[in-house]
Amino acid sequence: MDLSAINPIILIAALISAATPILLAATGELVAERAGVLNLGVEGMMITGAICGFIITVNTGSPALGFVMAALGGATLSLLFAFLTQVALANQVASGLALTLFGLGLSALMGQSYVGIKPPRMGDVDFGPLADIPVLGPILFSHDPIVYLGLLVVASVWAVLKFTRMGLVLRAVGENHDAAHALGYKVKRIRTLAIMFGGACAGLGGAYISLIRVPQWTEGMTAGVGWIALALVVFASWKPWRVLLGAYLFGGITQLQLNLQGAGVAIPVEYLAMSPYIVTIVVLVILAKDKSRAPGSLGRIFHASQ
Amino acid sequence: MTETLLRLNGLTKAYPGVVANSDVGFDIGRGEIHALLGENGAGKSTLVKMIYGLVKPDHGTMHLNGAVFTPPDPRTARMAGVGMVFQHFSLFDALTVAENIALGMEDAPAMGQLADRITQVSQAYGLPLSPDRVVGDLSAGEQQRVEIIRCLLQEPKLLIMDEPTSVLTPQEVSILFETLNTLRAEGTSILYISHKLEEIRTLCDAATILRLGKVVGSCVPAETSARDMAEMMVGETLKTPQRASTKAGEAVLQLSGLNLPPATAFGMPLRDISLTLHKGEIMGIGGVAGNGQDELLGALSGETRAPAGMIEYKGRDIAALGPNARRKIGLLAAPEERLGHAAAPDMSLIENAMLTGATRENLDRNGLLNWSAARGFAERIIEAFDVRTPSSGNAARSLSGGNLQKFVIGREVLQRPDVLVVNQPTWGVDASAAAAIRQALLDLAEGGAAVIVISQDLDELMEISDRFAALNEGRLSQPRPAAGLTVDEIGLMMGGAHGMEVAHG
Amino acid sequence: MIRLEKRPQPSQGFALASPLLAVLATVIFGGALFAALGKDPVQAILTIFWEPLFGEFSFFYRPQLLIKGAPLVLIAIGLALGFKAGIWNIGAEGQYIMGALFGAGVGLAFYPMDSFIVFPLMVLAGAFGGWFWAMIPAILKVRFGTNEILVSLMLVYVAEQFLASMSLGLMKNPEGFGFPGSRNLQQYPSAHNAELFANSGMHWGVVAAFIAVIFAYVLLARHRLGFAIRVTGEAPRAAKFGGVNPSRLILFCLGLSGVLAGLAGMFEVAGPAGQVTIDFNVGYGFTAIIVAFLGRLHPIGILFAGGLMALTYIGGDIAQSQMGLPVAAIQVFQGMLLFFLLAFDLLTNYRLRVGQAEAA
Repeated sequence: MDLSAINPIILIAALISAATPILLAATGELVAERAGVLNLGVEGMMITGAICGFIITVNTGSPALGFVMAALGGATLSLLFAFLTQVALANQVASGLALTLFGLGLSALMGQSYVGIKPPRMGDVDFGPLADIPVLGPILFSHDPIVYLGLLVVASVWAVLKFTRMGLVLRAVGENHDAAHALGYKVKRIRTLAIMFGGACAGLGGAYISLIRVPQWTEGMTAGVGWIALALVVFASWKPWRVLLGAYLFGGITQLQLNLQGAGVAIPVEYLAMSPYIVTIVVLVILAKDKSRAPGSLGRIFHASQ
Repeated sequence: MTETLLRLNGLTKAYPGVVANSDVGFDIGRGEIHALLGENGAGKSTLVKMIYGLVKPDHGTMHLNGAVFTPPDPRTARMAGVGMVFQHFSLFDALTVAENIALGMEDAPAMGQLADRITQVSQAYGLPLSPDRVVGDLSAGEQQRVEIIRCLLQEPKLLIMDEPTSVLTPQEVSILFETLNTLRAEGTSILYISHKLEEIRTLCDAATILRLGKVVGSCVPAETSARDMAEMMVGETLKTPQRASTKAGEAVLQLSGLNLPPATAFGMPLRDISLTLHKGEIMGIGGVAGNGQDELLGALSGETRAPAGMIEYKGRDIAALGPNARRKIGLLAAPEERLGHAAAPDMSLIENAMLTGATRENLDRNGLLNWSAARGFAERIIEAFDVRTPSSGNAARSLSGGNLQKFVIGREVLQRPDVLVVNQPTWGVDASAAAAIRQALLDLAEGGAAVIVISQDLDELMEISDRFAALNEGRLSQPRPAAGLTVDEIGLMMGGAHGMEVAHG
Repeated sequence: MIRLEKRPQPSQGFALASPLLAVLATVIFGGALFAALGKDPVQAILTIFWEPLFGEFSFFYRPQLLIKGAPLVLIAIGLALGFKAGIWNIGAEGQYIMGALFGAGVGLAFYPMDSFIVFPLMVLAGAFGGWFWAMIPAILKVRFGTNEILVSLMLVYVAEQFLASMSLGLMKNPEGFGFPGSRNLQQYPSAHNAELFANSGMHWGVVAAFIAVIFAYVLLARHRLGFAIRVTGEAPRAAKFGGVNPSRLILFCLGLSGVLAGLAGMFEVAGPAGQVTIDFNVGYGFTAIIVAFLGRLHPIGILFAGGLMALTYIGGDIAQSQMGLPVAAIQVFQGMLLFFLLAFDLLTNYRLRVGQAEAA
């Protein structure tokens, strides 16, 4: 065992990258939940995004186009959920599960002939001399564009929710859909858009795993990241900045256990691999008391009665 | 005569199975407070929803200021100058006053600017309100102010108010009436929906009376007696409940310093409630909604457990007993919310009879349920309380409010309680069903049971209670004999103006 | 413009018809999917639904129906009781794995002792394993109010890692020439969950599944606890008013579904699977969710749904070997079924009306 092989600077840089899929997916889900929709299909949308992005990237050679299509793929799949919950008024928990099961199957089907291929890599953003600053350079200025996109998404979601009328209306719909409807807001339309945004973000997060983190395609490769993202929204009490914090925490644990595996620590690999899931449970327990901020209409079916 | 602001003509709206409005037409003058009077289910809500653009009429026309008015949505209605204060507030608990108001405005200014205007307008109309407070923390009266200010900021020509005084203490009502009079003087018209006749007589210039979706009359309230208006509204001569005089017996239920923390973020704690209830008496508990009514019922029914020693029943500490253990010894309850609390909406009346009847009606033998006996019990309730339903197998939500309420009250009354606690027993119920329910409660007390009636309807409480107390901020006032209490005294027991600032011009 | 209107009463007819409509729609859209994959849709559908039951080799496939259907029904019964009460255990896969590990662990611990007591002990251990794993989300929910969906799901991944650790470590067959996986319990008669009648597919797990169906049926129709479950799902506040203790109900529902999932895992590992291997679980815990919904959370419905889902597994296998239809296509097919079911369920509580739209 050689713990000195773990370089803290590289670890932190890697953590930021490891956190990106969770960050994107959780931010998207946060928007949906603030609009009052509990979409348990994050895992399914992520894996669909992962394969959509992968196929496009391999066939066009353009990771950028791959990410765009991944977002589109995730959003398209989320429309199924929107249809079930907003039009067919189905139970959101059941519909979310359906989306995940369907997404896992669909992605496996789409990805059959892509197993074992290496996709073209997306280059890092060139910050010129900034990247050469000791410590800060590798941590802050040596990432691919999606890492920065993730941060941008969190910041924009925060700003939109807090400062704009659009954000206010979205929060109002999530807080009390009957009141929002009585004021004349289109509850279903707003929720459908929020669900699609969640789908697009999950798709991006999934593609980040298949195109950058791993990078290759294997069935079920998101391995529960979508579910961790869901837990993260609860952890964050539906606040964007706390999603960022939580994502870095989970990214850190994931990365650390990988590094420990690499360093050959005397803990069996399986037990290290369990750790992110166990930490998720522990965090859920610790934060379970803070329930007051859950959007008032979260998970409830809306139907204008008269 | 004032000129006409809004003219309604032949408005008709049908829903499957019911015609909510049929050929409704009347005029509202400029600067007029116009009462819309009718029982629950008379079609008042549907009518105002049409004016506010939430519902489209099947036939008929509306003219606002002489121009055809067909608002496709509330937004358009608001832009045309129609504002509405809802009966069940359309507010967002977790948002601030300013955010709530911004949501109801078409072109809301920036938050800082809006906050200034809120302060300014609320002062001008004698309804002070601070823009930064979270709405969930406000009292019902203050929440209503939010709605009113939201409308006033748009400078409406017509303000619709749906049962605005049902959540106010008498003192708060007079503050509101002053504001409405100011508005009238400025030329704003008000469509005032209510079934409280005395209010209408003091406030309104004209009244239109609806029954079963049709206009059945109109009058000048100040010149018409309340009894005449009531009979137009109900269409029959009303029976007032009768009771023989009873004298209170021994104590059965005793609350000593009952304290309970709030169950939810915006819930109300119960604070140091003490009360002794005697056999054969009806104890009326008044108060504005949200002052601990649900919590008190929950503590008595056993849904929330209290610390030991706070609740004593026939000399026994029952604080730790759950709902069924309390039922077993004769303490029964009927909560306010019919659908979802007193009854499961999608379940049949048989299943709903089983819900609370299992223990006392022997429907449960060592865990095995006797459904045919439950059917028998349900049918007895239907029979005894004249519940109108095709069969006992129908889902609870298929019944009208009044019929379901009769079922819910009947279910408890037929179980021969020693103590019955009911919350809002006649809320949203038509007059004849309400009279039947009140009579059943009076009969129960006459038979020697003790009854606690929690209600926001002061007239009802004065009519049937022996003693009266009021809940305010989770505290219960000292009970007093109901006979001879004045409106002012009752108002003060209910918390006066709830510490709200009063108007100064 | 089509408008939705809530029915005053849930429609009995559509409650029965919606699963059938969902199957029909799935067959149509599934056929389109198979066609898009370049397979003959009619032949594919026939292979999936007809071949196992009435085809040339149906004598071989029919017993398989019981073998695949039993764990699905067993797990789905437990899940359905919870789902009915609004308690969402979606970690049955983890409980299934833990039941298998505990059951197999007891069996392996007794090896090679020959005693009639071994198998009953394994059954108890399997039930305990599933129960114990389900009690984690249950107790956390009751004690701290954590979300049981997320906790039970996280525990699936933990259980999978635990399974890997066991099959590569503690439970690895010492005579297995270094290959991962435990001893084969099929070769240890005291521990083998053998067929009760040769080539019938009937093993103790199938018996347990039938018992579970009857038990759940009686519970829901006649017992106070079943009533408590139904009221809690319909109207939690009314249930509490009616005297249901929500915490106890959570412990009961999660505990029972854990026991049933654990038993399913144990019967599988001691019978059809035979040994603990790193990937002996094939997702029954997740498919059972579809089974539970497809059966409308009703015990008899679940029996049929379990059979249907088993059919798609077996038929899918045949279609894969005969027509080269990818396994994933069957997964998509199953997912579609759940989608259509949820969509058609709308018609039970609402009716569609064509007419003027409300300003909504």
